[in-house]
Amino acid sequence: MKPTFTEGGKLSAFGSLFDAAETFFYVPNETAKPRGAQIHDAIDSKRSIFFVIIAMIPAILFGMWNIGYQHYTILGEESTLICNFLYGLGIFLPKMIVSYAVGLGIEIAVAQWKKEEVHEGFFVTGMLIPMIVPVNCPLWILAVATAFAVIFAKEVFGGTGMNIFNPALVTRAFLFFAYPAMMSGDKVWVNGSYMDSINGTIDGVSAATPLGQLAAGEPVTYDAMDTIIGTIPGSIGETSFIAIMIGAVILVWAGIASWKIILGTFVGGAAMAYLLPYAGAENFEWWEQLTVGGFAFGAVFMATDPVTSPRTEGGKWIFGLLIGAMAIIIRVLNPGFPEGMMLAILLMNVFAPLFDYFFVQANINKRAKRAAK
Amino acid sequence: MALFSKENGEVFKGPLNLNNPVAVQVLGICSALAVTSQLKPAIVMGLSVTVITAFANVIISLLRKTIPNRIRIIVQLVVVAALVTIVSNILKAFVYDVSVQLSVYVGLIITNCILMGRLEAFAMQNGPWESFLDGIGNGLGYAFVLVVVGFVREILGFGTILGFQIIPDGAFMENGGLYLNNGMMTMPAMALILVACFIWVHRAVNKEQK
Repeated sequence: MKPTFTEGGKLSAFGSLFDAAETFFYVPNETAKPRGAQIHDAIDSKRSIFFVIIAMIPAILFGMWNIGYQHYTILGEESTLICNFLYGLGIFLPKMIVSYAVGLGIEIAVAQWKKEEVHEGFFVTGMLIPMIVPVNCPLWILAVATAFAVIFAKEVFGGTGMNIFNPALVTRAFLFFAYPAMMSGDKVWVNGSYMDSINGTIDGVSAATPLGQLAAGEPVTYDAMDTIIGTIPGSIGETSFIAIMIGAVILVWAGIASWKIILGTFVGGAAMAYLLPYAGAENFEWWEQLTVGGFAFGAVFMATDPVTSPRTEGGKWIFGLLIGAMAIIIRVLNPGFPEGMMLAILLMNVFAPLFDYFFVQANINKRAKRAAK
Repeated sequence: MALFSKENGEVFKGPLNLNNPVAVQVLGICSALAVTSQLKPAIVMGLSVTVITAFANVIISLLRKTIPNRIRIIVQLVVVAALVTIVSNILKAFVYDVSVQLSVYVGLIITNCILMGRLEAFAMQNGPWESFLDGIGNGLGYAFVLVVVGFVREILGFGTILGFQIIPDGAFMENGGLYLNNGMMTMPAMALILVACFIWVHRAVNKEQK
């Protein structure tokens, strides 16, 4: 079957697609060349991406259930676990399909055009995108934003591994600035009718997120337990602290995410949330800041992206600490942005190479001094 | 020397395409980002820069033998400043609303890199007629990019062209449709990306000539 797809074969136009599918389902034939210093490992990046997807599954499943739960609760109807879940599945699945179809479509087209193989990075990005949008985000807007992010945040920099910004977060940032009515406020978080999630009808059901209530100066109607379990309105995958932490354990255990970044982010966020009330800013309890909104989700799945975070161990600490601190500063001090995690991570993505540079230079200086002795 | 000789034709046509001040020399970007959120200010700005570049080029070219080399920048600035003031007042008199929209960017034409570049690089060495053609060519090359970017930004950001509604009312989400204007297009950040796209297309098309 393979020769049909190689150069000169009948279906060579789909060669990169075939190659992607082949290496996705089977272990690729080529291994690293025997000469030179290389690290040999049993898993290639397609395998490691499976682990990331597995780590996301608890948050996805909970997110689906929560869509249904919020929907039936606000309508005052009784519902079962299965019913909630199926309702959420019906909303999550179209978003996921759109995100994959658009993103992979562009990646395959570019790979074919440049005669490269399709990279696997989008499997994670494509799964993250539907998890970080509100329930009522219309599908065509999601498609536009995904296309924008894949082209301008990824392909123009050279594809997987070359991007400065996390493409999933660029998708969200684009949505946030281009279609603010669809991304914030109190109309978009809970699904009133099924068509809302397709059309994004603005007069959905009103339900503010805890952070939205805080920014608007209203009393917060959710208690700490709700925010930890995740039965609150919010972007699809971000609400449950517990589900995300299960994902974090899987990621750290598989050695894909850096525990330094995750821990650094939480420490930075906690410290800032603890200090800011002394500066006169209104605030939750400091630990509540870490469980609401996208803080945990960003720390575990976004900040740890190996491409856009620093490579040096010291850089990872600083990167995490500053993300946490910035996110809380934006949340608490800027009334225009109820949530600051997205902007904090994007900002630190820019600085990641700088942190690396400093730590590498410091190490070089240290060794130079030692050698001079 | 013939007025419309081949060399003079090149002087005029170069900046429109292969030597475009924005797309190739990447000059004048700040104003290209600032004034292109709608088509009308983009057109007015492009024309103003064209007129000012053309006449500043002519005047400097006439004076070029008498300007002492050490103070030439100041002389150039005085000439440009005088022309900018004239254009600014004309805009205020005849198209007041646009001049309000353009606000400081008309005054900032004085510091437009394209202008100073043309004066230094061309008008100081060439005769008035060539300088005039060069100024018109560069101004129009700049205006062309502004118009393209302004067109895209206005139709996607506001759903209008020159203030006329292009996208039907019923298509908008608040009227029961599906469409929403793209707020990102109204921000300068998106103009930067659009200018980059323009340069991308321009380079892809002109690959062989480089």
